[in-house]
Amino acid sequence: MARRSWIAQAARIAWKDLHIEGRSREVVYTMGFMAALVVLVFSFAFISGQEDAVGPDAVAGILWVAVLFSGTVALSRTFDRERESEAIRSLLLSPVPRSAIYAGKLAATAAIMLLVELLLAPLLTALFSAAIWPHALWLGLLLLLGTIGFASVGVIFSAALLRARSRDALLGALLFPIVIPVLLAASRATAYLLDPTAPDLDPALFWTRFLAALDVVFVVVGLWSFEPVVMGE
Amino acid sequence: MSDRVLRLVNVGKTFGRHRALADVSLAFVPGEVAAVLGPNGAGKSTLLGLLSTLAQPSQGRITLGDAELSRRSPLRASIGYVGHEPGVYGDLSARQNLRLFASLYGLANAELRIAEMLARVGLDGVPREAAARTFSRGMLQRLALARALLPAPEILLFDEPGSALDPAGAAWLAGELQREREAGRLVVLVTHDLAATAAIATHIVVLRRGRVAYDETCGGYSADEVRAIYEEATRGKA
Repeated sequence: MARRSWIAQAARIAWKDLHIEGRSREVVYTMGFMAALVVLVFSFAFISGQEDAVGPDAVAGILWVAVLFSGTVALSRTFDRERESEAIRSLLLSPVPRSAIYAGKLAATAAIMLLVELLLAPLLTALFSAAIWPHALWLGLLLLLGTIGFASVGVIFSAALLRARSRDALLGALLFPIVIPVLLAASRATAYLLDPTAPDLDPALFWTRFLAALDVVFVVVGLWSFEPVVMGE
Repeated sequence: MSDRVLRLVNVGKTFGRHRALADVSLAFVPGEVAAVLGPNGAGKSTLLGLLSTLAQPSQGRITLGDAELSRRSPLRASIGYVGHEPGVYGDLSARQNLRLFASLYGLANAELRIAEMLARVGLDGVPREAAARTFSRGMLQRLALARALLPAPEILLFDEPGSALDPAGAAWLAGELQREREAGRLVVLVTHDLAATAAIATHIVVLRRGRVAYDETCGGYSADEVRAIYEEATRGKA
């Protein structure tokens, strides 16, 4: 047998998930619906007919709440296909390092979340006149970092709850407290970037760096803890 | 095929305060079909879980040749497992499933091997894009066997392999097990089917309350002999 690199194996796992999702589109549609619903509910609550009634702080909050809820939908399905027919057993018996399985799952989940987030941005612009274009690349980086931070923890909990009966209810209860720092950093940085009157962007830079540091910590802990978690040690 | 012996030495497994296996010492040699029998709760599936490396013994050690068989061991690639569930992705076709696992095992000449496996299990005529979730139980079991055999493992583990198969499917599976044994592979199967055991087993292990109640290698058992062995062992007299 030819040995394949860790990255190639992780990429194979991710590609498998994306291929299946590309065929079924179950998760993307459900997430998209959830994200749009969250944004619409907030728009009914906040928009009272006055122009610019919603400030950047609120828009940033709405964006990340939508990411939180729609991302939880994605995470609740992360291991569904492994649970059906016990494919997880075949995966764990293969010579693929368990950390590569984690990395592949994380990459696929983050990619699906980012796809939905790409659709969220125009919706926020249309409904709240959010100024996303002046710092579009930076906002894109924030979405990437926030999504990785959120998904890195979520994949671990999703694996831990693989065989739990009430996993959907437990996932949110376990995940949300842990990802508060990610959401806090992401929403603060986003609020500064969306504020056209902000005197400087130093606070946004600070929160972006903080978010990147959180990502490093969460991904390293995820890579290290996935094996004992998924094997039920 | 390798001539490495799969050996369990004083193996025990506990789940919290429940002792599933205690002081189990067994040796399985290549080229045998070992049937692990026992009533429900005797520890058969726990034993198979330990042999598959997906569970770790609480006591004792399991070795394959001179190497320790543990969950981090690369030896797990030498083990093929067919369980109650087929262990494949329902959203992928048979070929896509095998392609995925061939890739994860880093198999050379994967397409050739996949075609060979599909032909062997009789799934080569299935439409290429048909998702596995549309397969019958028997077809899934065939796909599971193809997936397990794909990397040419040294050891094949089966957990109730014929439980959901019709008589023709069960006969086909027995033929495949026989073929693997003749190829020099070690086949360990957990089963309740005493008649099937008599037909194919060359080594019988009976577990009772987590302990080995019977362990003999001879082969050529009749169904009545297997039944007598089983009843005596599970009454605790063996």
